[in-house]
Amino acid sequence: MLVPITWLREYVDIEVPVELLAERLTLAGLEVAHLRYIGLPQATVPGLVMPRSDHLVWERDKLLLGRIVEVKAHPNADRLVMALVEYGGGELEQCVTGAPNLFEYKDQGEISPPLWCALALEGATVWDGHSDKPRRATLKGRELRGIYNKSMVCSEKELGISDEHEGVILMDHDERFVAGMALADVLGDVLLDIEFTPNLARCLSMVGVAREVAAILGTEMRYPAYDFLAEGAPIAEQVAIDIREPALNPRFTLTLLRDTKVRQSPFWLRHRLKLIGQRPRNNIVDVTNYITFELGQPLHAFDYDKLCQRAGGLPTIITRLPQPGEQLETLDGEARALGAETILVADTAGALSLGGVIGGGETEISAETQNVLLESAAWNNISIRKTLREQKVHTEASARFSRGVHPSQAILGCQRGIELMRQLGGGTIASGVLDNYPAPPPAPTVALPIARVRQLLGMEVALADAAAVLRRLEFEVAIEGDVMLATAPDFRLDISADAVVGQADLIEEIARIIGYDQIPDTIMADEMPPQRENTAVLTEERIRDILAAQGLYEVINYRFTSRESEAQLLPAGAPMPAADSYVEIANPAASERNVLRRTLLGNMLENVVNNGRYQASQQLFEIGKVYLGGGALLPQEPQRLGIFLTGARAQPWWQEESPAPPMDFYDLKGVLENVLAALHIEDFRYERGTQPSLHPGRSADLLVAGERIGSFGEIHPQVAARFKLTAAPALYGEFAVAPLMRQQRRLHKVAALPTRPAVLEDIALIVRADMPAGAVEAVIRQAGGRLLKEVTLFDVYMGEPIPPGKKSLAYALTFQDDARTLTDKNAAKIRKKIIGAARHRLNAELRS
Amino acid sequence: MSQSIDALREAALAALGSIHDNDGLSAWRAQYLGRRGAVSGLFGTIGSLPKAERAIFGKRVNALQGELRQAFEGREALIQSQRLARELEEGEIDISLPAQPRRRGGIHPSTRTHREFQQIWAEMGFQVFQSRDVEEDEFNFTLLNLPPHHPARDMQDTFYTTDPRVLLRTHTSPGQIRAMRALGAGGSKPIRVILPGMCYRQEQVTARSEIQFTQVEGLAVGRNIRMSDLKGTIAEFAKRMYSPDARVRYRASYFPFTEPSMEVDVECFLCGGAGCRVCKYTGWLEIAGSGMVHPEVLRNGGYDPSEWSGFAFGMGPERITMLKHGIQDIRYFWGNDLRFLQQF
Repeated sequence: MLVPITWLREYVDIEVPVELLAERLTLAGLEVAHLRYIGLPQATVPGLVMPRSDHLVWERDKLLLGRIVEVKAHPNADRLVMALVEYGGGELEQCVTGAPNLFEYKDQGEISPPLWCALALEGATVWDGHSDKPRRATLKGRELRGIYNKSMVCSEKELGISDEHEGVILMDHDERFVAGMALADVLGDVLLDIEFTPNLARCLSMVGVAREVAAILGTEMRYPAYDFLAEGAPIAEQVAIDIREPALNPRFTLTLLRDTKVRQSPFWLRHRLKLIGQRPRNNIVDVTNYITFELGQPLHAFDYDKLCQRAGGLPTIITRLPQPGEQLETLDGEARALGAETILVADTAGALSLGGVIGGGETEISAETQNVLLESAAWNNISIRKTLREQKVHTEASARFSRGVHPSQAILGCQRGIELMRQLGGGTIASGVLDNYPAPPPAPTVALPIARVRQLLGMEVALADAAAVLRRLEFEVAIEGDVMLATAPDFRLDISADAVVGQADLIEEIARIIGYDQIPDTIMADEMPPQRENTAVLTEERIRDILAAQGLYEVINYRFTSRESEAQLLPAGAPMPAADSYVEIANPAASERNVLRRTLLGNMLENVVNNGRYQASQQLFEIGKVYLGGGALLPQEPQRLGIFLTGARAQPWWQEESPAPPMDFYDLKGVLENVLAALHIEDFRYERGTQPSLHPGRSADLLVAGERIGSFGEIHPQVAARFKLTAAPALYGEFAVAPLMRQQRRLHKVAALPTRPAVLEDIALIVRADMPAGAVEAVIRQAGGRLLKEVTLFDVYMGEPIPPGKKSLAYALTFQDDARTLTDKNAAKIRKKIIGAARHRLNAELRS
Repeated sequence: MSQSIDALREAALAALGSIHDNDGLSAWRAQYLGRRGAVSGLFGTIGSLPKAERAIFGKRVNALQGELRQAFEGREALIQSQRLARELEEGEIDISLPAQPRRRGGIHPSTRTHREFQQIWAEMGFQVFQSRDVEEDEFNFTLLNLPPHHPARDMQDTFYTTDPRVLLRTHTSPGQIRAMRALGAGGSKPIRVILPGMCYRQEQVTARSEIQFTQVEGLAVGRNIRMSDLKGTIAEFAKRMYSPDARVRYRASYFPFTEPSMEVDVECFLCGGAGCRVCKYTGWLEIAGSGMVHPEVLRNGGYDPSEWSGFAFGMGPERITMLKHGIQDIRYFWGNDLRFLQQF
């Protein structure tokens, strides 16, 4: 909300610079996002850092309040006139201007009542009114169609007030005006752009902000006058109210102004509305808007005669829920179907407006309106919120009612509004206010011991100081011993009747007005809970480090995907997860992000494809949740580890003659085994892969302590082809993290370093080509016994001279005994045993 | 006979002076100092001398032998040092040629900031408590003092699932309730935890806002937790995270689940508080929302709010990472462009 400082000053004296006021408001919870200066210079406040404003500062001796005495025709131009402007000391300045809004005064003699304008004298700097971009211009004397001219009557655009450049500023007469006053003292302003958190509903008005200012600065609040001159017939004889849903419409008030004139509002009112971004319409509608912003109490004006016509007599205003199928055409021209919970203002003939939200078109104020019925009501904020959601309409009224306006304010708005209408449009106000307020809510009184304030804030606060703060905020405070009994003022809805919550509400008020900077910084004296490490987090971080150390980069992806995207990860014919096993988003950001992922693969494939545009060799990993729905209210959210490798094993380099070969299954297996080794997980094995997204012949399942915890291998060729990842094998593994955490050994034994020399032997065995190397190694290890320390496969060979259907596996064997030095003879004996076992169990032959 | 010694010396030294390699050295040594060399030959002639001259002659040949050996070693050292110098010169490489590209690997910037947070908070006695992403409306809102239709629900655009009772958490705060219920032993035990995790909001994805982002929430509950403790704790965090003399300021704010509520600003660490583009010329950067745990929230966590109190705070690691590294676009975080990731 934009708050002009000139408007705010009507209700509270502000002795500090506006920049400092903005800072104080911000610290107290009313965030001033921006200051917009109109004509006035930006002040520097010591210790306060602010963005520099680039606005036009009005020179006090060159931009003046002028009185247009007379407007004369230009002798040489029809489209120009000459305004004779008085600017103090009886001097007259002649300004040549093309402002269309001066033409009506042309050759009409002396203007009365006085017409005031913004006069720029020679040498004044203003904005160039003809430039699309902000450009400063300095006035210089020159001939305009034969008449010398050195000054200017300014438009709003030229002064930086608004973009308006159709005519010049013409102000109605005001007693305070003196020709030659600095314009800065008349129209100079600073607009505070304040952002309100939802708890500050009471502040959504000038009076609401002024109350905070008064409390913060410790000054007095000046409320506007609420009395009105009522000389007409009693209102009760002219209209009736029937509230059918008091829970939704706790209060409804009406006043009536007869024989008034609908016309343009005076300059001051139009100017204020425009400053805060509202479009002036006519004096009646403008007053309803003005009061909405002044008091925070939205009003609605009806054409009383139209209501009488509809009723065929005296109207009765009814507030009620809609009948099935009921419709209403609102002011914005929308024909609205009304939901069952939308509270309506109606009469006996049907709906008139959406209560607290927007009026209907039929009974709105028109240029011909003579008699105005003014509504000022209170609405349940939740009900209004439901209407807003259903009708998708937002107005200044609904912005306030949906956050909560206390019913006590309705009568004030009614009185202030009708009197202002009378002053601006004339007419006679009916006697009395028709006020239907079935159940005024009690004002909560909170008992707050000062000890509670001190304890919660950790600060010494004197009882008298705390009570004074609450009183500045217009609480009524009685003191009994060390306890404050504070009754909330009638404009606040945010103070709870709950004893403990109410205390917190008050302590917040005390703290924010005293200032949070007054609370000391302390170290918690409270009991420290037992410290337990979070093993899951530590394990995850360990895995991240292991993978990064192997040259992999961590990615973090959206957890959103779609069923269609996940279907792309499966070869034709593979079954999709059941539909209800996905967590589905009701209001997705995009249709391709309408469920939560069940695998990390989709995101990682996307990463690899995206990065593949400029980086052929990639090594990525992600640790993150997948979401497995189905059955329970909430899905399971297991943490998964995804690893993706593709491209050359090494990057090209000038010393390598040929490019490195692409990574394959075994690279991924190596990364995985490093993870297992670093976690000291020894009880693991592989089985042929069962994950359908992977190549069935080139993938494996990992079993840790007998539990199948994931699969890895080449992406299924059909899937890889869909993503155009065919240049090199695309290698992917996905593993459950929790079993890795459970199975890791966090305290492992370290073996003593060997003191005896090792004996090294090579052995090459010829076996059937389809014999798994793992089986051969198992036989070697078993036969080798405890003295066989290492088995390293260093060659796999098929082809001449190995017979067809066979392959040769060559191993380097390391024999070592911790207790004695092995001789070649000892080693030869074990070697022989190994060969025997291989021959016997694998039908292997020794390659000579 | 003495002439023959002098002649030999002269000849040997002359020959040695013209030698430039190891082969020459070996040959020279064999010729003069070897078993069958010239010096040995002189020793062999001793027997043929008159007795009276033998001792003197022998002494002189010995001296010659010593002299030649020394000359040889000197020459050998010279030749070796010359060769080494030549080898070093010939072995020079172009040190400006590109290095072999080793794979470096890296941890995601978001994770890095989380680690920094977790370490600092662990030092201050706050352990990690992990909570769920897919939450019940009740935990995300209602139990946090945001009943249905509460105006503050508008502050967060929520992703709902097709079951209206279930949503994607809009903040890590529902973890407060879960932590209190899991660790509070029915409202009888103090708690100090941080709750890191992914949160989701239905927003337009732009350079400044994302539909998913991480948060770190902190929660302390005890019998005597004060607002001054919150300030002291946050100030200590700021010192450890930003700089030992980081200034902190607090602004009143509103969160339904804390009261009083404050926003926390830290003095802009890029301009030192003088005002710059990043801090929008205010000298301050917003780093956290915080406050005293609302009595309703304590109740919903199982604590009696007239006996127990607590504070909570929430921070956005991505934002802090962006500020620290001058990252202009939040979409970089989940874009996973290696050209971005490789810069960490």
